[in-house]
Amino acid sequence: MTDKTAIIAAMQATQTSADAAQHGINAEEWDRLVTRLGRDPNLVETGIYSVMWSEHCSYKSSRRHLSKFPTKNDRVIQGPGENAGVIDIGDGQAAIFKMESHNHPSYIEPYQGAATGVGGILRDVFTMGARPIALVNALRFGDPSHPKTRSLVAGVVAGIGGYGNCVGVPTVAGETQFDKGYNGNILVNAMAVGLADQDKIFYARGATPGNPIFYVGSKTGRDGIHGATMASAEFSEGEEDNRPTVQVGDPFTEKLLIEACLELMATDAIQAIQDMGAAGLTSSSVEMADSGGENGEGIGVRMDLDKVPQRETGMTAYEIMLSESQERMLMVLYPDKIDLAKKIFDKYDLDAEVIGETTDTGNLTLLQHGAVVCDIPVAPLAEDAPNYDRPWVEPPKRAPLDISKYPEPEDYGEVLLKLMSCPDMASKRWIWEQYDRHVMGDTVDSSQSMGDAAIVRIHGTNKALAITSDCNPHYVAADPYEGGKQAVAEAYRNLSAVGAKPIAITDNLNFGNPEKPDTMGYIVKAIEGMAEACRVLDFPVVSGNVSLYNETDGISIPPTPVVGGVGLIEDVTKIATLKGAQPGDMLILIGETKGHMGASLYAREILGLEGEDAGPPPPVDLELEKRNADFVRSLVEQGLVNAVHDVSEGGIACAAAEMALASGVGVYFDQIAAQVSIADLETAGTGQEAIWGEDSGRYLVAVSTEQTSEWPIMVGSSPLLEATTSIGRFQGDRIEIIRGAGDTHPIVNLPLARLREAHEGWLPNYMSSVE
Amino acid sequence: MKTAVIVFPGSNCDRDAQVALRQVTGTEPEMVWHKDGTIPEGTDLVMVPGGFSYGDALRCGAIAANSPVISQLHEHAARGGYILGVCNGFQVLCETGLLPGALIRNASLNFVCKPQALKIDSANSAFTSAYAGQDEIIIPVAHHDGNYVADEDVLDRIESEGRVAFRYAGNPNGSARDIAGVISENGRVMGMMPHPERAIGGHENGTDGLGVFESLVGAI
Repeated sequence: MTDKTAIIAAMQATQTSADAAQHGINAEEWDRLVTRLGRDPNLVETGIYSVMWSEHCSYKSSRRHLSKFPTKNDRVIQGPGENAGVIDIGDGQAAIFKMESHNHPSYIEPYQGAATGVGGILRDVFTMGARPIALVNALRFGDPSHPKTRSLVAGVVAGIGGYGNCVGVPTVAGETQFDKGYNGNILVNAMAVGLADQDKIFYARGATPGNPIFYVGSKTGRDGIHGATMASAEFSEGEEDNRPTVQVGDPFTEKLLIEACLELMATDAIQAIQDMGAAGLTSSSVEMADSGGENGEGIGVRMDLDKVPQRETGMTAYEIMLSESQERMLMVLYPDKIDLAKKIFDKYDLDAEVIGETTDTGNLTLLQHGAVVCDIPVAPLAEDAPNYDRPWVEPPKRAPLDISKYPEPEDYGEVLLKLMSCPDMASKRWIWEQYDRHVMGDTVDSSQSMGDAAIVRIHGTNKALAITSDCNPHYVAADPYEGGKQAVAEAYRNLSAVGAKPIAITDNLNFGNPEKPDTMGYIVKAIEGMAEACRVLDFPVVSGNVSLYNETDGISIPPTPVVGGVGLIEDVTKIATLKGAQPGDMLILIGETKGHMGASLYAREILGLEGEDAGPPPPVDLELEKRNADFVRSLVEQGLVNAVHDVSEGGIACAAAEMALASGVGVYFDQIAAQVSIADLETAGTGQEAIWGEDSGRYLVAVSTEQTSEWPIMVGSSPLLEATTSIGRFQGDRIEIIRGAGDTHPIVNLPLARLREAHEGWLPNYMSSVE
Repeated sequence: MKTAVIVFPGSNCDRDAQVALRQVTGTEPEMVWHKDGTIPEGTDLVMVPGGFSYGDALRCGAIAANSPVISQLHEHAARGGYILGVCNGFQVLCETGLLPGALIRNASLNFVCKPQALKIDSANSAFTSAYAGQDEIIIPVAHHDGNYVADEDVLDRIESEGRVAFRYAGNPNGSARDIAGVISENGRVMGMMPHPERAIGGHENGTDGLGVFESLVGAI
């Protein structure tokens, strides 16, 4: 379509409810739209409504439940609602962070899907004035035996590395899990953390009428049109045809955009700023207009689309407004700063054009080829978007797992080998060695130390941020409320284990189709569980993202609410990781062991239990979590431990094995069955619940004799004393476990080298094997 | 000691280079923007930092090697000035012809980032003298195109002239003869793939990279 008159006619053509249905607008939404507008919309307007009211942009299924999250504490400067969350980290500085999914695009085109996921989350952070300092990613793939899994892993990892490495932001941590529940919908959740001065934080809000709207970055092309709508629908077989809706990333341009924006932000030129993410120019302009005005009353925007830098010829207003071309920003400038801004962007050879101005009409007004092709009030687009109270049913409770029904393992050593080399537990070195973890020179600890959380120094200071991401979808599937609590508590533990004070989280809620009451029940209960944990732990949600409709042919992913946690370390010399254990150190367990085997790694990998048979997840006692975390943190701060690891999947045995591998020292467990208190279990004494059980709120620490003599619990009558147990020591080069008093033969006697080979071997072998 | 760091569009280790030079020399390096900057008169050492200049378009370092600042870099080299190129900086120096050989895609075809053991091949250089008596050091690598190649006679010559500064102990990228760092004929220009500026203490990579900068301080 190149003839201007034809374009205008097509753009202005009045649409029907049948046309709108093709845009994903249902009958109820159509009625609402027409009522609010007082007329039938044209094509451009319909397209704009469809993306603004998509699940992805409007959170129409989750909004009323997301409001249950606590979003404030002493350190929160900006909670949800802006591009990213902002927390006070002292000395006039702020950490700005968010996690976001790029699930649907990554399945269709793994390299570009993952790469643009990284690019998008970086923009969310530097839009607010922060220099990005760390990237984290949480990945879920299908069963390793599924024919697509290997190529998806390769593509996603290459995409994340290809973008992050080039932009020059270290990828410091992450998690990767495999489950057949993700065969048709992988999850790619990327988190970015940035650093800003508190007096130089920029917001989408606050634009006033009469100022120029400035477009910067890449030119607009036809890529990614309707990406937000795609992300709001289920997949079906043959979805690869959607490839044109996946955007293409250019990390080089992103790098220039970061530098240019930060240079401009050092001046007083910008009144409001919004990156062009999902729904591109539409959502960025609408959001700035909606939150504009001195008191947030909203303003209007008028843009001449002919002025938008375009990569292709003959683009229509519809295409320009819905394009999701990457590496673009929209700003409202102060009128006298246009030349200054142009000069800075010219230095970096980036496009920068004034494409319109803010107005006091309250309308989004768009012109193309001299004709008005859109003129609709802004408020209904953003504020009157549907807010559904989707019907939901309470997820069924599972009966406890009776482990005594299953035979005790014949060879505990083989079990340990199998668990430590299973896809979820095996080393992810093959992945993280493809990420630059060290650029920017402040990475104190990354994936290479196998740590619970990455530690990134705050540049030029002696402080650091600890960063982690976590979710155990098996727990959430087993009990979304307790599983949701656990996801938050696990992040809290990870941060505390390295010695950081947990401050706030970002979340990425990945679920199936919310229109199904069963799925909606998991969404609601997981949110409520997470909210409860956030409240008790004073660990609020400051930003996040919801990814629904992760279903293919009616099969949903496991419920996966991923938590990205950030904590503060006041003195970077006072930290702990897994790798500091010394020969002769005692291995001490902090927290109580009840031998909870339900929904455990053991139940899954060794007993082969699935679904209901696997039983419920370990309950989370949040007060206890807080107490134990405070205790561990205080030990780390006082230098009273050599190494720390929280106990999670695979229980004490796997946690200790990981410490042994990281430290290069063997572990000897002394009479484990007797030394760990197992309450409420008739089977107490076989030792398997003590070894593989996944009770919450526990940590293993490696401590020298000199250090323990300084421990507060060793001298006082702290209530922690009863829950602190010496269970073994670090020595030699083997993992040895003695079950009970009088036993002469260890039930596990495994050379560390063999364990390392199995742990390190699985992923590279898998990736290099050809079926 | 007067130092400068060239910044190309897409350089991303320029700040790391700046921090290392500041820390070791005690003075502030001049950050030179490739398009309009000039290398200040009296500069002793120019560092060409790592990163992805021009997004590695065409060939790593190829476009940067044609940037306006390069003629000044040649003049600096002709005056006998010192130049240190790290990672993408090494690639740029090869593209400018200031160093022999070229860097192609890693043999694994994957990006590789890890602490890397290096053998000190020659401690008789302005870049390596501080490592005298040391056999092996650990400096991290992070690159996709670090596979050093050159004609056999070129390799023979740089080896016989003692111009191989570092060799990999456990080759991470397929480089010919395990070469990790190469010195120019006049001994004043070195390129290396590992990042010494990322091993200067205060983070997870140790301090073995300090020797490169301390050697230069000693030489200058």
